[in-house]
Order: sequence, then C-alpha cells, then structure tokens
Amino acid sequence: MRPVKPGERLNGLAEMALKQPVNPLTTVSRFVYKTLVIAELEVRKLRHDPTELILRAVQPALWLLVFGQVFTRVHAIPTPGNIPYIDFLAPGVLAQSMLFIAIFSGISLIWERDLGVIHKFLASPTPRVALAAGKALSGGVRALTQAVIVYVLAVILSVKIDWSPISLIGVLIAILLGAAGFSAFSLIIALLVKTRERFMGIGQLLTMPFFFASSAIYPISIMPGWLKVIAHGNPLTYEVDALRALMLSGGTSSLGLALDFGVLALGTIVLVIIAGRLYPRAVT
Amino acid sequence: MPIPIIETVALTRRFGELTAVDNLNISVEPGEVFGLLGPNGAGKTTTIKMLTTLLQPTSGEASVAGFNITRQASDVRRVIGYVPQLISADGTLTGYENLMVFAKLYDVPRGERKRQVLEGLSFMGLDDAANKLVRTYSGGMIRRLEIVQSIIHRPKVLFLDEPTVGLDPLARKALWEHISQLSAEHGTTILLTTHLMEEADHLCSRVAIMHHGKVAALGAPADLKASIDVDGATLEDVFIHFAGDKLEPESGANYRETRQTRRTAERLG
Repeated sequence: MRPVKPGERLNGLAEMALKQPVNPLTTVSRFVYKTLVIAELEVRKLRHDPTELILRAVQPALWLLVFGQVFTRVHAIPTPGNIPYIDFLAPGVLAQSMLFIAIFSGISLIWERDLGVIHKFLASPTPRVALAAGKALSGGVRALTQAVIVYVLAVILSVKIDWSPISLIGVLIAILLGAAGFSAFSLIIALLVKTRERFMGIGQLLTMPFFFASSAIYPISIMPGWLKVIAHGNPLTYEVDALRALMLSGGTSSLGLALDFGVLALGTIVLVIIAGRLYPRAVT
Repeated sequence: MPIPIIETVALTRRFGELTAVDNLNISVEPGEVFGLLGPNGAGKTTTIKMLTTLLQPTSGEASVAGFNITRQASDVRRVIGYVPQLISADGTLTGYENLMVFAKLYDVPRGERKRQVLEGLSFMGLDDAANKLVRTYSGGMIRRLEIVQSIIHRPKVLFLDEPTVGLDPLARKALWEHISQLSAEHGTTILLTTHLMEEADHLCSRVAIMHHGKVAALGAPADLKASIDVDGATLEDVFIHFAGDKLEPESGANYRETRQTRRTAERLG
C-alpha cells in the first residue's frame, strides 16, 4: 500500500461508499450483488476442493443403480401412466440428492463460527440477509453438480429424458430454488444449535422424514391417509412433482407447476429472511 | 482538543449475572494507537465486539467516527476494519481471493479493486504467496493477510483483537513493524487489545488497563509507569499494580474460549 501523498484525502474509499445516493434501486442492486459475491466465494472454495461433491455422488448412484433397477424388475410400485419405475425414480433421486447436499450445507457456518471467519463478515457492511442468501444460493450451485450426475446416470439407464431447453431451464430453477430453501433451513439449524455434533444429529434426524414423506420413491396415491396429509405439507413433495413434470419426456405434474414453484419460491424467501435475521447470533 | 474518533459513554454489557463491561468511558483521538489491556475476562473482547457492532450494549452509548454504534450500525461498519482474535482468513481460498471478496463487500470501486489488493499484498510482503491457498501460510502470514483484508477499504478505525496471539517472537516483532507503519503512513486510528505489556509499550500511544469490565488505569505508557511507586517500573509492574497480582479463577476464560484460543494458537504457530 503506497504511502499517502500530502494533500490526498485519507480513507477516501471508506467514505466514498457512504456518500453514494441511496434509493430503493441501488439498495436492491447492492443486495443482489453482495449475495452473488458470497455465493461466488463458496463456489471458489468448491473449485479448490471438489472432494465433497464427488463423494456425494455415490449415494444417488446407489439409489438408481441398485434400488432402482431391482424395484423396476419387481413391478412392486404402481407408477402414474405405467412408466418404468426407473423413470419414475430418477427425478425422485435428483430431489433426494439435492435435499441431502443442502440440508448439511449449514455445517460450514459452524466451522466458520469456530474459526472466526464469520466475525469479519458481520463487521462488514454486508446486509445480513445477503450473507444468508449468498450461502443459500451456493447450496443451489452445489446441488446443480449433483443434477449433472443424476442426468448422466439416467441416460445410462435409458430413462426417457425431456431435453427441450425450456424443461432443462425449469429443472435448473427448481433445483436452485429447492436447494436454496433447504440450505437456508440448514443455516437456521446451524445458527440455533451451534455445535457440530448437535447439527449432524438434527440433520440426520430430519432428512429421512423429508425423504419418505414425499413422492420421491413412491406416488402419494399409495400412501396411508395420515401420510398423505404430511406429504402435502412437505416442500420436497413439490420439488419432486416439478422435477417429474420437467425432467421426464411426457411427464406431468399432479399438483400443478405454478403451485410447485410458488411453494418453493415462497418457502425459500421466508427461510432466507429468517436465517438473515438469526445471522448475528453466530457471534454471541 | 480534537473530536474523539471513538467515544464510549457509560458503555455496559451484561451476560446474565456477569457484567463483562461495566460503565466504560474512554475516548480515542484520531490517529492514535490505543491499547486495551487486561487479564482474560477483563472485558476487552466484549468492548471490541460492541464497538464493531457485533454485540449490542446492555446500556450506555458509543460512537465510532461520529456514528452511533446502535442507531447507525451500518455506517459504522463502512468506516471500520476488524481483525478478530480467531482466524478470519479462509484457509480454503488463496490470499488474493480472500482479499478480493472483501474488496467487493466493502464496495471498493471496480476499477480500484485489483490495485488495492495488489498494493495490500505488497505492503504486507505477501506478493509471492498471493495465489497460494491460505492453509499453506505461516501464522505470521495469516495475520498479515487478515490485516490487509481489514484495511482494503482504507478504514478510519482499525480494531485488532489480540493481533499477536500464537505468533513466535520473530513474527510478532515483524507484525509490530507493520502496525506502526500502517499508523504512520495512513494515519489510521488503531484500537488493539493485548495482554503482552511489551506489545502495548512498543505500539500504543495510550493504554487503558481493564479489570472486571472497568478501566483501572488510563494514560500514556510512560506516565503510567511514572505514576506507581516502583523504581524503573515497567508496564508489567503497572499492570500488576492496577489489575491485581493474585490469580482469580472466576475471571478466566471458559472451556470453549480456551479451546478456541489454543486452536488459534496451534493454527498460527
């Protein structure tokens, strides 16, 4: 850093930002920008060490190659329109791997808290909600890497995939929204429980109910009445429904895509705001 | 008298029964290097956390660079830099990336960013390590990088919480030079905490010795030394005189804090 020349105004950079005019538009654009900066940071970390993403790919592979192939043979589960069970399962496994990667993403916050990284972010002029939104968005990006793997597996298993650009973009948005929502949920847990052990315990406890009380591996129509009720309140059901309609060639939505995306978008926004509000708890 | 750049008025923070910071009144002038000294649990870190807007005061007020820490928290955040006691650089990113993130978060104009980052790296002698992952850095390098992170936007006030904890004597001396240079060349006001008397003696124009959340003594190191009844007194003697010489188990850090401090020391060491 060069010495300050005589007459040069000290600390100009810090003050410059203060003097910028504030109107709703600049507030929104700054918020979006800060969110992207945080998300970029997380993505850079993944680029330096993608081990986690590779390890995470094992689980969907097992579900599709083992569980999926066996259950396709036994014809035990009725599928809408009598499509092969493996076709029915592929979007479910995609939703599942999104859920798993997102729901454990909050652990990074506990690491950062123990290290002290988070203190510096909170002392910077970054809006708290942007800190949470950036983390949630990076959860979405992580889940997209899983989507690529599930698509490759689906092609190998000759699942009839809808390759139209609109459907692919739809899948992309559904994954980003869903993963961002579950990541924000994960952040909230991390901010409340504060220790790694409790966080992992709660994460393990929650993933299975989300997974089994959704239409990921069997249709809602064969569930007992009480489970149907729970399934309709489960955001993963809407995720799976949207993915099944968009990923499969000739796929249809049983709940309606507008409702699916509405639930995912609203849920994500609410959870991100709550996580942002709780963020300052990370340092107390 | 210049207008103080940091001023606290009856600043108080309680955690349940414990009063960590008790009715604190200090004022720091622009350009000063001000030291907060005291044993563990004296309230130094709590004071810094309140001044950096991370913690709400229970009562009392404080202003930093003319902004109220509770009512104008987001303005305060723009004009300060903060290096926490724990590690704040991300080990899984390179030094350059660590700096760039903060240049963006602090709204350093796009055209200025790269120059600020490169100048910061060379100021702290980190040019060669810019593109290496921070987890390969030595303890002294990590601390220097963290300081660059916190001054990338040229703050008016820099808060350093135990900046040399866990560093070996050589790295510590090198860091002192950098801090003195930063103060001399940029005129940045620096508030630091330490429990090393030598450090305070070397760096600070004034110190406040904190004990049980209160200021036990305040003044220039030389004046404080002269004020006690010991010939050839060191700041160490002053500290013992005002902060008491008996071990007080109840004032120590708790298990989690101790674990974190030791871990930080281990990573930096």
